[in-house]
Amino acid sequence: MLKIHQLHKSYPIGDSSLHVLKGIDLNVEEGEMVAIMGSSGSGKSTLLNIIGMLDEADSGEYILDELPIKNLTEKKAAVYRNKFLGFIFQSFNLINYKNALENVALPLYYQGLKRKERQEKAMYHLGKVGLADWAKHLPKELSGGQKQRVAIARALAANPKLLLADEPTGALDTKTSYDIMAFIQQLNDEGKTILMVTHEEDIANMCKRIVRLKDGVIMEDVKVTQVRAEQYV
Amino acid sequence: MFDIDLWREIFQSINMNRTRSLLSGFTVAFAILLFTILFGIANGLQNTFAEAFVDDANNSITIRSGRTTKAHKGLQAGRQIQFKNEDFNYVKEDFEDKIEFITARIYKNFQASYKGEQNVYDIRAVHPDHQYLEKTIIKEGRYLNQNDLNNKTKFVVIGRLVEEDLFLKTTALGKYINLGGIQFKVIGVFTDDGGDNEERKIYMPVSTAQYLYGNNDYIDQINLTYNPEMDADRALAFSTLLTKKLKNRFSVARSDQRAIRVRNMAEGTKAISQMTVGLTFIILIIGLGTLIAGIVGVSNIMIFIVKERTKEIGIRKALGASPKSIVSIILIESIFITAIAGYIGLLLGVGVLELVGPSLKDYFIKDPGVSNSLVIGATLTLIIAGAIAGYLPAKKASKIKPIIALRND
Repeated sequence: MLKIHQLHKSYPIGDSSLHVLKGIDLNVEEGEMVAIMGSSGSGKSTLLNIIGMLDEADSGEYILDELPIKNLTEKKAAVYRNKFLGFIFQSFNLINYKNALENVALPLYYQGLKRKERQEKAMYHLGKVGLADWAKHLPKELSGGQKQRVAIARALAANPKLLLADEPTGALDTKTSYDIMAFIQQLNDEGKTILMVTHEEDIANMCKRIVRLKDGVIMEDVKVTQVRAEQYV
Repeated sequence: MFDIDLWREIFQSINMNRTRSLLSGFTVAFAILLFTILFGIANGLQNTFAEAFVDDANNSITIRSGRTTKAHKGLQAGRQIQFKNEDFNYVKEDFEDKIEFITARIYKNFQASYKGEQNVYDIRAVHPDHQYLEKTIIKEGRYLNQNDLNNKTKFVVIGRLVEEDLFLKTTALGKYINLGGIQFKVIGVFTDDGGDNEERKIYMPVSTAQYLYGNNDYIDQINLTYNPEMDADRALAFSTLLTKKLKNRFSVARSDQRAIRVRNMAEGTKAISQMTVGLTFIILIIGLGTLIAGIVGVSNIMIFIVKERTKEIGIRKALGASPKSIVSIILIESIFITAIAGYIGLLLGVGVLELVGPSLKDYFIKDPGVSNSLVIGATLTLIIAGAIAGYLPAKKASKIKPIIALRND
């Protein structure tokens, strides 16, 4: 469902430029759970951002669900992001003045759904992450794990084809991390395609495939036996 | 067109970010408040000046007579100078091209009565031109005309307050009023911006007064306005010449200040018009200054707001917000706050002026106030300035790649 061919990206730094991605080839099938690993500066976040249409590649091919992603206008990129992609960030990125339910409902607002429908759907997804009782709470009243769950509910609300997670457990303690990972694994079991950037080995081993990046190229791409997170919870 | 969800978003944003909303609202409200008060006070000052000269035409010249103080050409000092119709005609004909309106005046004072009501009023016997000289405004009926003068009709035009005093709630027009024992028909009722005193006057034809009271051709005073095309200097030269000629005519010494007195309003007008220009200038500077201060304030706040919301913008974009929706949510919010705050500032300003306005009369500030259109114009200017000031950073923010906005912690 995701095809990337010879992707290049460089950032200007002063007069020179930093070549971050040096020809990436990557195919992801539906239902996969892929961890992208690498030390900082390896280009893993850049790759994820390009896949998430948050950033644009300089050259190369990127096809998402048979749709070539190229030269998108801002407006079109917005529509695609809304329709195809769900984001989970390390720092949660909830809007601080909106309560949990409103945060989850936001992508539905941008889909143009009616208010009542939005609230029902958002409530359903909040229930799925086990936070139905916290719907009216502001992010500052939630714990880190709860915030990340709200963020996951928000990412799921628009029913995206692909879930992108950038260090989803980076800001959480080990126990909460496994908690969140168990939930993400459950989503994958239900058939969601998941792409996640992490630098933690134990988290990566909870995925089904590990892609290791170094200096902008893929060093290793292996399928692994998934370690279930439930056993640690 | 009306998007209830958009407004819900905006209200939530305003409500949940109260400090920010209050601060930006306060700046705008304060600017408009200051603008209203300063402008109102300046207008009050101008009203005071305008009022001082509203009663009479400000190009008027009055000619009065008195007793001579100096012996001249074999005539004794202490001689009473008396103007007559021929003197009026002399001035009128000799200076025809320099005169706009001219009238004689005879002053009388009579008990006036209608049915049971009576009171004492100043009577002025005048020519028809007097209406324009005194800026008399006819409310009902008509003013005196040349026919009345020729026929020595027993007609009077009475002030609004005379009608109120004597005729109570009924209309005076067409009724007969008793002046010192003689019945006069009321042919007109007038108002005058010169104040209550001016509306307690009664006008009758000059010829009628001369015929009824002494059967002579005496007049007490001549009032005229000079041709308004003349500037102040030429008007002053005109009145100097007029004085000289009249003094010759009555054999009065040139240095005699009492026998013939010509007062030219141009002397004061010149100073006043300079003063008014100065005041207008000050008002303009005050207005512009406050507005610019307000605009700068609003612009700063808008830039700050966009900066503060950069991360939120990034989140919204990642969730599928189009650039247009980002710009509109920021702009509408700021325009909404500016408009409401501007309105509050306007209400406060007008309220303050109403409250303290009357007590400022002692300080030469009369009826301080501003026209609504002016303040609304000022508020609109602020809103537009705020919108432009907000649009540029909002547009820029909407174009930021979400990834950069998200990194902005």
